Amino acid sequence: MELIEAIILAVLAASTPLLIAATGELVTERSGVLNLGVEGMMIVGAACGFAGAWLTGSVFVGALFGIIAGTMMSLIFALMALGLAVNQVATGLALTILGVGLSGLIGAGFVGERITPAVHLAIPGLTDIPLVGRVLFGEDGFVYFSIALVVGVWWFLYRTRAGLILRACGDNHVSAHALGYPVLRIRTFAVMFGGACAGLAGAYLPLAYTPFFIPGMTAGRGWIALALVVFSSWRPGRLVIGAYLFGAVTILQLHAQGWGIGIPSQFMSALPYLATIIVLVLLSRARSGGSTAPAALGTVFVPDR
Amino acid sequence: MLDSTPDGLNSGESPLLRTIGLTKRYGDFLANDSIDIDIWPGEIHALLGENGAGKSTLVKAIYGLIQPSAGEIRWQGRRILLSGPSEARGLGIGMVFQHFSLFDNLTVAENVALGLDGRESFKDMSARLEQVSEAYGLPLDPKREVWQLSVGERQRIEIVRALMQDPKFLILDEPTAVLTPKEADQLFVVLERLKAEGRAILYISHKLEEVKRLCDTATILRGGRKVETCNPRRETAASLARMMVGGEIKEVKAASGRTTTVPRLVVNDLSLAPSEPHGVRLEHISFELKGGEILGIAGVAGNGQEELFAALSGERSSKDPGTVVIEGIAAGHLSITQRRRLGAAFVPEERLGHGTAPRMKLSENALLTGHAASGMVHRGFINTAATLKTVDRATETFDVRKAKRDPEAASLSGGNLQKFIVGREILRNPAVLVVSQPTWGVDAGAAAVIRQALLDLATAGAAVLVTSQDLDELAEITDRIAVMFHGKLSAPLATREATRENLGLLMGGSSLEPKEVAHAIGA
Repeated sequence: MELIEAIILAVLAASTPLLIAATGELVTERSGVLNLGVEGMMIVGAACGFAGAWLTGSVFVGALFGIIAGTMMSLIFALMALGLAVNQVATGLALTILGVGLSGLIGAGFVGERITPAVHLAIPGLTDIPLVGRVLFGEDGFVYFSIALVVGVWWFLYRTRAGLILRACGDNHVSAHALGYPVLRIRTFAVMFGGACAGLAGAYLPLAYTPFFIPGMTAGRGWIALALVVFSSWRPGRLVIGAYLFGAVTILQLHAQGWGIGIPSQFMSALPYLATIIVLVLLSRARSGGSTAPAALGTVFVPDR
Repeated sequence: MLDSTPDGLNSGESPLLRTIGLTKRYGDFLANDSIDIDIWPGEIHALLGENGAGKSTLVKAIYGLIQPSAGEIRWQGRRILLSGPSEARGLGIGMVFQHFSLFDNLTVAENVALGLDGRESFKDMSARLEQVSEAYGLPLDPKREVWQLSVGERQRIEIVRALMQDPKFLILDEPTAVLTPKEADQLFVVLERLKAEGRAILYISHKLEEVKRLCDTATILRGGRKVETCNPRRETAASLARMMVGGEIKEVKAASGRTTTVPRLVVNDLSLAPSEPHGVRLEHISFELKGGEILGIAGVAGNGQEELFAALSGERSSKDPGTVVIEGIAAGHLSITQRRRLGAAFVPEERLGHGTAPRMKLSENALLTGHAASGMVHRGFINTAATLKTVDRATETFDVRKAKRDPEAASLSGGNLQKFIVGREILRNPAVLVVSQPTWGVDAGAAAVIRQALLDLATAGAAVLVTSQDLDELAEITDRIAVMFHGKLSAPLATREATRENLGLLMGGSSLEPKEVAHAIGA
């Protein structure tokens, strides 16, 4: 019983940064922009988030620092890829390299420092319920926020006019422009939202996951978030499945290795990737017809005036 | 609901819309040079001109998509400065685009919603959409996604979307270019009704007969300038064409006494699954094409013509070699290069990116299709002199106009590039030429040169297969016409016996009376 609860808690903790970063990238890509710099924006968010929390003693301020840092990084991308119409793939990759270097610089003074991590919810009575109490009522604010974020993004994309316009820009920017929508402005906001989410996801790591900062602590989570967006066919619902599945298999295979199952550890470490890809591919095959990727994804748009 | 008569019209006194000295400059290039045009309520006004005459630029300026460099636009007598299309829509100007401004992965209702200002709820809008589409006889299912719809249905979305704004003035950019004759007739009924309701329509088209039939006034542009405003009903198609081109168009002449010889291209029961998710499946296609003969394939775009071209050219090969026979040799399994060596040549629809590599020089592009069967490659090395000679010969024979001897393909105009591509293939003296949309988007002068070249090639004994959406073109140069619909090819009709009506029926998917078919095959 205790073990199952511990595993579920660990799964949620491992999945939350992926979910936040991937949700942001999903919005960016739905507007037709491919920002491969998620890893870079995350790691800068981690460094700045830790710095903010260490300087002020507040995890909330730390999270805000992370969000601002991620947004600033995404603005660099928007300036290059949207303003100057530079190739999006190259710009995104450069942004990651820049982010890794920048976070090392910012975080250099904080290595070895500790902060008080994010507090967990505690409702007397409810949180003490065995098995589900701590899972449902004893998480930190990031976990609850991430779920609200996905639901909010789903509602925005499919139930609001602004969301419809954003999807239209991702489907066909020439048509959107012809109808009079400011494609580049809409895309800039989408990129900024993606950056804010990536920054927050990065900040989650030193603020809630581990209470200290080490260089390179995102450890490829940005790339996994990118892959999740693709394999979820750009749909928020499937993104949740993918993110939690990835987190679950990651944690389970660690435990399985601990139990001494006679399977090479390298194979076990690869399992989360394999499982997530297989499940999401099966999901996307279930819906026949209708292309899934935003048709204008990654293409440069220069309006003529 | 739409009012049957838009308010605020004081017809007969001042034009609804007037441009005065409208000019649009791109760098040194004058796309529109001081154009004056008056549009009156309740008229259908044609805007005629060749490609590059400035029609699109003019309507974009009227719709607020681009800002004029000089001159002014007056709406109901008042000068207006449009900051964007939404402002134009607010005034009562609607537009139906030539290349549809639709979103494939969104539903019909969502597409319509995007074209409106969003002041009403989605639910109210959907209800109104059904009312308007029913009132004008333009049926639409609001919940379907656009990629599932036919071209005609897509255009209906555009028109309904424009009508939902209750426009006083509607711009239609080549609306019939993609329609079957029957669909076009249905469109004319809608347009006549809009005219009767007192709305003005600006109608861009290449089809002069259609303009004569439908329009009250015609303004003709040439090289960015207005040439003339006239009553098209008092003109002939030839006189309108003269004003558009600024001179006589050479008439295409078929040599008399063209004789057919042996079958050079035979297709036997060719079926092919689509390679793309939204592609068309080819089903049991069979025909025989003899030397000295031109076979036309008509049909609305997207009915399998691209897939057929890919199967014939070898871009997609078939497991069964016997499905495509070139010069008596089973070639269904052969690659493009192997088919070229058998004497076949191919001209795809898309000039840049498919027919040529845009950023490569003409000589390099000549090499790309000519390497298989010519002296351009010697022991694996390129014979540069030979490639340049090919460019020079194509330039001379087909009057390709270009700035220097060997420019990049992308720097040529559409018509000149097409002349080069067709020339490049014809100079190889092919036994079989498969050409797709030979004069699509090409000006009248170049189109005449290309059609004449195809006729001459057939006279010299080659078998020519032409896919085109332009029925006039097919009527002019082909001996027989078959129609493609949903991946199936009809039995060919003899061109001199094929009428617009029965071709239209085939294009819409109906089959002809058995008697007619038997008659046509016997011919």
